[in-house]
Amino acid sequence: MTEQHRPNDTPGGQQAGQSHAKHHHETGPAAEETAAVVSVDTAGGAMEPSAVPASAQSGKLPGGPDTLLRRIFTGSGMVSVLAVFLALVIGGLLIASTDTRVATTAGYFFARPTDFLAALWNAATRSYIALFQGSVFNPRGNGLAAQFAPLMETLTIATPLITAGLGVALAFRAGLFNIGAQGQIIVAGILAAWVGFALHLPLGLHLLLVLVAGIIGGALWGGLVGVLKARTGAHEVILTIMFNYIALYFLRYLLNTPAFQRPGESNPISPILDPSAVYPQIFGTQYRLHLGFILAIGATFLVWWLLNRSTVGFEFRAVGANPKAAQTAGINVSRSTILVMAIAGGLAGMSGVAQVAGTEKVLTDGVAATYGFDAITVALLGRSTPWGTFAAGLLFGAFRAGAVQMQIQTGTPIDIVLVVQSLIVLFIAAPPLVRAVFGLNPRRKKPARAAKNTKAATTGGAA
Amino acid sequence: MTSLRARIKRGSMAGLATVSASALLLTACGAAPESGGGSTAGASDYTGCIVSDSGGFDDQSFNQSSYEGLKKAEKDLGIKVNQVESKTNNDFEPNLRAMVTAGCNLTVTVGFLLGDATKAQAAANPDSHFAIIDFGYDTPISNVKPIIYDTAQAAFLAGYLAAGSTKTGTVATFGGIKIPTVTIFMDGYADGVKYYNEKKGKNVKLLGWNKDAQDGSFTGDFEKQDVGKQLTQNFLDQGADIVMPVAGPVGKGAGAALKEAKDAGKDVKLIWVDSDGFLTAPDYKDIMLSSVMKQMGEAVETVVKEDKEGKFSNTPYVGTLANDGVQLAPFHDFDSQVPADLKSELDQIKKDIVDGKLKVESAASPKA
Repeated sequence: MTEQHRPNDTPGGQQAGQSHAKHHHETGPAAEETAAVVSVDTAGGAMEPSAVPASAQSGKLPGGPDTLLRRIFTGSGMVSVLAVFLALVIGGLLIASTDTRVATTAGYFFARPTDFLAALWNAATRSYIALFQGSVFNPRGNGLAAQFAPLMETLTIATPLITAGLGVALAFRAGLFNIGAQGQIIVAGILAAWVGFALHLPLGLHLLLVLVAGIIGGALWGGLVGVLKARTGAHEVILTIMFNYIALYFLRYLLNTPAFQRPGESNPISPILDPSAVYPQIFGTQYRLHLGFILAIGATFLVWWLLNRSTVGFEFRAVGANPKAAQTAGINVSRSTILVMAIAGGLAGMSGVAQVAGTEKVLTDGVAATYGFDAITVALLGRSTPWGTFAAGLLFGAFRAGAVQMQIQTGTPIDIVLVVQSLIVLFIAAPPLVRAVFGLNPRRKKPARAAKNTKAATTGGAA
Repeated sequence: MTSLRARIKRGSMAGLATVSASALLLTACGAAPESGGGSTAGASDYTGCIVSDSGGFDDQSFNQSSYEGLKKAEKDLGIKVNQVESKTNNDFEPNLRAMVTAGCNLTVTVGFLLGDATKAQAAANPDSHFAIIDFGYDTPISNVKPIIYDTAQAAFLAGYLAAGSTKTGTVATFGGIKIPTVTIFMDGYADGVKYYNEKKGKNVKLLGWNKDAQDGSFTGDFEKQDVGKQLTQNFLDQGADIVMPVAGPVGKGAGAALKEAKDAGKDVKLIWVDSDGFLTAPDYKDIMLSSVMKQMGEAVETVVKEDKEGKFSNTPYVGTLANDGVQLAPFHDFDSQVPADLKSELDQIKKDIVDGKLKVESAASPKA
C-alpha cells in the first residue's frame, strides 16, 4: 500500500494553499478563521500533514484530498482497462467452472488434458461470443437492420446508465459521494410518469413537460441532500442511502393509491403513458432506441462543458480538491454543495425519464431497476470524467444487453454479468492488485507519479 | 521494502496456486472416455418457453412453480424447453422477443408486470401462443391464455380451519406486498374466519387483515424473512396461535418464529401458501397445519399439453376448488388432531362453494 500512497497533501501543495490564504486575509473573518485552521493543520507547513484531513475529522467539510474514495475515483485509465479485462477473464473461468463438459473432462485431465482445455476455452468463448452477438453485432440476423439490432439495444440500455453515471461522477468531482442516484431516478420517474399519464397535452409540449418534471424531481431529491449537508453537516452517503429508501417506499405507497393505478385494477402498476408523452424511437419502431440517447449525449457534453469551461464547474472542482482552500479563496462551499447535488439529481432524473418515457412506458416499483447503483460503477470505471462515464455506460449497456442473449443462447446465468461488474469495481478499488497481476508495479515509475501528483495538488491548492 | 512486499505477495499467490492445483490433481485421475459422438434422443419439435419476472426461477413462489410445471411437461410430453430469467423490468421485452425468435410455440410469462410486454409481443406475433400467470386482460387477446386463480375459495377453507382449530381465539395473517394476488388469500381467510364465527356464534379474532378496509400487515417485499419473523412474533404476543403468511419465502420467517414459540412450549400452528408446505418447506413440518395450494405447475403443464395437441384457446384458465386448481392441502401429521366434525364441515363448505351455494368474494377475484 505504501507505494500507492499518493502524497496529495505534500507540503508544497499546502504551502500554495496557505500563501493563498494569507493573500486573502482582508476578505473577512470567515476566511481568516479558515486560514487559521489550515495553519493549525500543518503547524504553518512545518509539520507533516495528518493522514486524516482535519476537515474529515470535524465532519464539516469531508472529501479531503487523500481519501480512499478519491484514490478510487482518480485511478489511471490503464487500470480501468485492465480491470475490465481481468474481470472478464475471471468471469470466463466462472462460466467454465459451471459447464458440465468442463467438469467431465476435468475428471480425466491427466489422461487427455487437451479435452479439458478445449472444453474450458469453448465454454468461456461461446458465452462471450453470445454476449458480443447480443450487444454489438449478430451475424445471424436477417438483414442488416436485424444484425445491428443488438447494438441499438446496447445504446438503449446504456442511456439511463450514462445520465445517472454522470450525476454520480459530477458529484464526486465536487468531493461528494452520491449513492442517491437510485432514489433520484425513482422520484423523477414518479413525477415524469404522472405528467405522462394523468395530463393530456398536445404533442411536443407533453414530452417536454415530462422531461422537465423528471429533471426537477431528480434535482429536488438530490438538492435536498445538498441542503441538508450544507446546512447541518449530515454526511451525504448516509443521507442519499436513506433517501433511496424513502423514495422507494413512497413509490410503493403511491402505486397502492387509485391515482397511480389503472382504472378498474388494483395491481401496483400505473396506466400507460400517453403516446404524446413518450420519447420517439429514433431509428424506427423495430428498435427500442429512443430520443433519450441523444439527450444523454447532450448531457455528457453539457457536463464536460460545465466542469471544464464554466466558473461553476471550476468551483465544483475546487471544492472537491480541497473544500477549505476553496472556501478561503472565496468560493461559497455550501452553495456549491447544494448546486452540485441538484445538478447530479437532475442528471439522474433524466435516467428516470428515459425509463418511464423511453423503454417501460409505465411506472412500477421496478422503475429504477438497478441503474442507480450501476451508475456508481459506471462513474468509477469512467474515472469521473464525462466522456469516460459515457464510454463506461456504453460498456455496461453492452453487458446488460448481451447478458440476455448469452442466457438464451448458452444458458449462462445472467448473474455472471453482475459478477463481472462487481469484479470490475473490486479491481478498480485496488489498483496495486491489478498492476501486480500484470507485473506493472516497477519501482522506477514511482517518482514520476509522485511528481505528477504534486503538480496536481499544487494546482488544486492554488484554485 | 517494496520488493519484500511484492515477494511476499508473489509467495502467497504461488501457495494459493499450489493448493488449487493439488485440489485439481485429486479429482483429475480418471480415464479418458472413448471418443465418438453420442446421438441425441429424438424429441418433439414443440418448444415451450418461459420468461420469469425479476423474482427468478428460484423464488419459491409463482415463477418457480410455473417453471417446474414446464420442466414436468418437458419430461412427460417430450417437448423442448427454453427459459430465460428477467433481472429487471427492462429485460421483459428483449427476453420475450428472444423467445419468439427462438421459435417458441408457447411462451409462458409470469406475473402482472409482464402484462404489457406480453400483450405487445402477442400482437406483433399472431402465430405464436402465450400464457400469462396470475394476470387477466380486460379485453381478451386471441393468442394469450391467462392462467388465474380464485384463491379466495381455498383460503376460505383455511380461515374456517384456523378458526376451528385455534386454542386462543385469535388467528393471524400477513402479506408480502399489497397486490391482488396476495390480498385474495387474505380476503378468503378473513371470510372463512367470519363464516365460522357466524355459524358457531363464536368470536375468533383475526389479526393482520381487515377485509372491509382492505388493509393489514405487510412485510414490504418477498425477501426479508426477518421482517416476517418479527411480524409473527408480534401476532404471537397479541395472542394469535395460527398464522398464515402470504409472502413467498418470507413465510419461512413466520415458520422460524412459530418454531421458537413451539420450543418454548406454546401450541402454535402455521398455514403455508402456494404449495403444500409439508413437502416444500419440511423444516416446519411439525407446525404445518395445512396449506392453501395454487396448482400452477399443473396448470402450465395442462396448457402446454392442450397447445401441443392443437387445442389452444384464449379462454382464461381459472383455478377453483371445482377443478382442483386451488386446494386446501392434506393435514399430514396434524390429521389426527383435526376433529372429525371440523373435517366434515370443511367438506360441506367445499361442496357448497363448488355448487355455488356459498359465494366467496374478494375484490381481487378473477373477473371472468
